[in-house]
Amino acid sequence: MTVNKWTAATVARKVIDNEELFILDVRNADAFEDWKIDGHKFEYLNIPYFELLDGVEEILPKIPTDKEVLVVCAKEGSSVMVAEMLSEAGREVAYLEGGMKSWSSYLEPIKVADLPNGGELYQFVRLGKGCLSYMVISEGEAAIIDAVRFTDIFTNFAKDKGVEIKHVFDTHLHADHISGGRHIAAETGATYYLPPKDATEVVFDYTPLNDGLNVKIGSSQIDVNALYSPGHTIGSTSFVIDNQYLLTGDILFIDSIGRPDLAGLAEDWVGDLRETLYTRYRELAEDLVVLPAHFMIIDELNEDGTVAKRLGDLFKENHGLNIEDEDEFRSTVTDNLPPQPNAYEQIRQVNMGKITPDNDEQTEMEIGPNRCAVR
Amino acid sequence: MIQANMQLDAKGLACPMPIVKTKKAITDIEEGQVLEIQATDKGSKADLAAWASTVGHQYLGTVEEGDVLYHYIRKGSNEPEVEKTFEQTVSLEEIESRNGLVLDVREAAEYAFGHIEGAKSIPMGELESRLGELDKEEEIYVICRTGKRSDLAAQLLAKNGFTKVYNVLPGMNEWNGNIKKDI
Repeated sequence: MTVNKWTAATVARKVIDNEELFILDVRNADAFEDWKIDGHKFEYLNIPYFELLDGVEEILPKIPTDKEVLVVCAKEGSSVMVAEMLSEAGREVAYLEGGMKSWSSYLEPIKVADLPNGGELYQFVRLGKGCLSYMVISEGEAAIIDAVRFTDIFTNFAKDKGVEIKHVFDTHLHADHISGGRHIAAETGATYYLPPKDATEVVFDYTPLNDGLNVKIGSSQIDVNALYSPGHTIGSTSFVIDNQYLLTGDILFIDSIGRPDLAGLAEDWVGDLRETLYTRYRELAEDLVVLPAHFMIIDELNEDGTVAKRLGDLFKENHGLNIEDEDEFRSTVTDNLPPQPNAYEQIRQVNMGKITPDNDEQTEMEIGPNRCAVR
Repeated sequence: MIQANMQLDAKGLACPMPIVKTKKAITDIEEGQVLEIQATDKGSKADLAAWASTVGHQYLGTVEEGDVLYHYIRKGSNEPEVEKTFEQTVSLEEIESRNGLVLDVREAAEYAFGHIEGAKSIPMGELESRLGELDKEEEIYVICRTGKRSDLAAQLLAKNGFTKVYNVLPGMNEWNGNIKKDI
């Protein structure tokens, strides 16, 4: 039987299209427990590769023959070995090219909406890590919000669309992933904006992203309006695009809200978080479509793969927006928080420009799920 | 450097090769001996530790020097538990309040990754030739990981005229006090 090689893009399509897949994950149990490829209709079997060195006969009965089977490991090597063993045993299987490392870095661009006068709004879904980046395109110009570190993806996408990247924003100083923002700006000559309150320790130049800042993309003037919305970090800023879309950064997600502790100041910022979610956002139009910077679970994806929901619906359905009692809110967002993201302190240092690890080190830092939310 | 009975060079190799090679190499050493695996694949640490425990070897620890990871694994034994026969024993709690010498007879690498402060290291295999380093007038508390090697060591000492010898039970695997590392 042949061994097939699948790219992360192939797997991403199966996630988005709700297809069935059987994943044999051969990483060790801790790694699998921590983080895996999520799909609505995926089934899993986790057997570390080092338990299969003497053969796969014992696990054959557990591997279906009526379903596609994908073998996954950390980087690829072990999955190739196991896939070849399964193939010799007469099974048709595939392995994931580049392993979880490539899954973590894959971005699927999905169009969220057409904007007036031929403008477009794209969401870049990083399925393996739950990061969401955005690109607004209008009349030959582009703005990017919360770009992840794979800058080529954005610059090539802009090239394909024939647009020039003029503005690059980060809603806040990220703690769970390495920002590509200032690198894209340096490469393209775009302006890089960062909220000044999050940037007190950064060692590079940036343009302050202040409340009320208004930037127009293209001559048709798609408005990008900044809205100061602290809580996840003290500088966290949201954007309203074309009066229709609310980019919430890590303040408000579809099924959860931002956690206030990743810069070490949970107690101090709880009040800000509550003020933003329960007062500032309440003053906005309920028909705004919320576009967050993360998703936590695969159920937050819409049918087309986007992560987006009407603000009014979130006010009804999102638990974090429905905690009337302030003390209860405080304890929800400060006690029993999920584990902090892998290497989050180092990642903050990278995003401040204080350390510049090489690509492999950056990959290592970003391993694992993002954990920016409390639910 | 940490002492090992054999070195395996798995530098530059990606997963799964460090473990494939380790599995093969460990067949060439005796049970109870220590294999040093030199690797550059960062993932090898978690995988070797997990692999060792599934097949009954003892993962001792890892030392990082520059880009190289030095892993230490002590080959496990599948022998049935042997009856401990040395009669004078002492518990872990008791040795804390007594003044004699704690004699650690585990392999040097095991000792390096954690021992009781002040303990003297003489691996079981070297004990007979190093008896001269010990004082017959002093109380000696012989310790290993589970009490098995120390039982044999205590018998050896008794046979050589040491009378104030005690086997410490259960052993380092249940020691909860402070440990000192030589890495």
